[in-house]
Amino acid sequence: MGQTLTEKILSEHAGRAVRAGEFVIASVDVCLVQDGTGPLAIRQLKEIELEKVAHPNKTVLFLDHAAPSPRKELSNDHILMRRFGKKTGAVLSEVGEGVCHQVIVESYLAPGDVHTGADSHTCTGGGLGAFATGMGSTDVAIAMALGKTWFRVPETFKIQVKGRFPEGVYPKDLILHLIGMIGADGATYKALEYQGETIDEMDISGRFTIANMAVEAGAKVGLFPSDDMTQGYLQRMGRGDAFRTMSADADAEYERVIEVDASKLEPTVSFPHTVDNTRTMTQIRQMDPVNIDQVVIGTCTNGRLEDLQTAAAILKGKSRDKDTRLLVAPASRKILKAALNDGTLQTLIDAGALVLPPGCGPCVGVHQGVLGDDEACLSTQNRNFLGRMGNPKGLIYLGSPATAAATALTGRITDPREVI
Amino acid sequence: MNKMKGNAWTFGDDISTDHIAPGRLFHLRSNLPELAKHVLEDADPEFASKMSKGDFVVGGRNFGLGSSREHAPTIIKMAGISAVLAKSFARIFYRNAINVGLPVVICNTDRIKTGDELEVDLDAGVVRNLTKKTEVSFAPLPKAMQKILEDGGLLYHIAKYGDFNLD
Repeated sequence: MGQTLTEKILSEHAGRAVRAGEFVIASVDVCLVQDGTGPLAIRQLKEIELEKVAHPNKTVLFLDHAAPSPRKELSNDHILMRRFGKKTGAVLSEVGEGVCHQVIVESYLAPGDVHTGADSHTCTGGGLGAFATGMGSTDVAIAMALGKTWFRVPETFKIQVKGRFPEGVYPKDLILHLIGMIGADGATYKALEYQGETIDEMDISGRFTIANMAVEAGAKVGLFPSDDMTQGYLQRMGRGDAFRTMSADADAEYERVIEVDASKLEPTVSFPHTVDNTRTMTQIRQMDPVNIDQVVIGTCTNGRLEDLQTAAAILKGKSRDKDTRLLVAPASRKILKAALNDGTLQTLIDAGALVLPPGCGPCVGVHQGVLGDDEACLSTQNRNFLGRMGNPKGLIYLGSPATAAATALTGRITDPREVI
Repeated sequence: MNKMKGNAWTFGDDISTDHIAPGRLFHLRSNLPELAKHVLEDADPEFASKMSKGDFVVGGRNFGLGSSREHAPTIIKMAGISAVLAKSFARIFYRNAINVGLPVVICNTDRIKTGDELEVDLDAGVVRNLTKKTEVSFAPLPKAMQKILEDGGLLYHIAKYGDFNLD
């Protein structure tokens, strides 16, 4: 019997062949903490006098959630992280470098790696074929210090995708559709592994979007094969030597197989306050219009160059609705520069966008776009929980960059196919 | 320690870490005693002032979904809650709770109401509802997690052995 991709990677890191359900101690290649979870991780290591990191060049401390800092308490947390970096040799990713998950895939992670991060969306790295998963501060602190952690090898759901995306429909719509179908706890503890012709043709940016949201179905990891697309991406990032081919065995055993036909999908939006509360545009057209006060394009889910380009193509030569704010946050400095150089930012700014520094931006409710009472926001982010954007009286809708751009034009949730 | 008694405070399905430790209080994460005064504030604004030490938080499905913030189970524990009971837990919250020494129990919570007096026996794997005179059983933690919980959390487990010692 063959192995899933999950079982293959964990076997390599446990030093023996392992199967779903087994308990393993696995070596960890890449670790991250961010400014919301790093200070606690650092204090934990200090408490047991274990202030060291096993792999300094692959342990990255990110200042991205409150970047630049809006308050002195957070500025002091940043100082704590900078000092820990100096003391242990861990890499510090400064304010303005970007969201942890984007910088990790650009510069640190390789196919086949095990990656633990003190941030739930660490699963983004699954887009590169790495076993990447989010944990709490103490788990990641210990993984940083000892270079290993424990896992129970998860069972896998195979997500088999066929068909071409219709115009106006994107990988974000696919993952929202999937979560709407299986529920916010539909894959709790499981690994999701994506396969099929649609996946083979999907660019890395789309794979990251889908991998990023694995945790929104409760999954531990959202894994993609490592193939020509992966190789091309790593080469563009100047890391072609990090490439290796990775895929599940043809006779691997799956707990469940879920088939999706991308050609049947529609633009999809998650309504407040859970990600699985999804509606298709056909359903939305039958409802009263949903007015939107703020549109956000960015985050680790959809803040990549391709996402900004998709939005710019819709907004080109047009203006945002006068009552709808449009915030754009590129996910990394690399993306900011690329979008500056190819004219994407110019188009967005001409359409009325406010460009925020690379980082988590308004998604974490700390700053840069906190909602007022009863205000509604449509964002390309991954989560719409009550209070997520800094105000429990705010309403958050989730959609693709195309849906976000179309919505910014009209001031109400709009099907991008109406404005393309 | 393994037999605990207190009153139940029920919450519904899908209680996220944003309900427990809201992002707008991000700046209090390095001041946990202060953050603990806001525990579960976005699910019930008065919860911190109403609860008593030793009480139980009782959820429905998928308790603790969302962010990896360990501050969520930490402040539930700091507030004096002795255990969280739910029909199911999100993966990261579950692991974090054990890591910080907060017992988590997976059981049917449908018939528990706010104010019911509960006795939770971790060794016997039983939740007794003393008010309703009913009981439900629950499966023990996986062995590795039991060991971490017994050592007072992951940090103290590693401090004790200098490494993982979970076999």
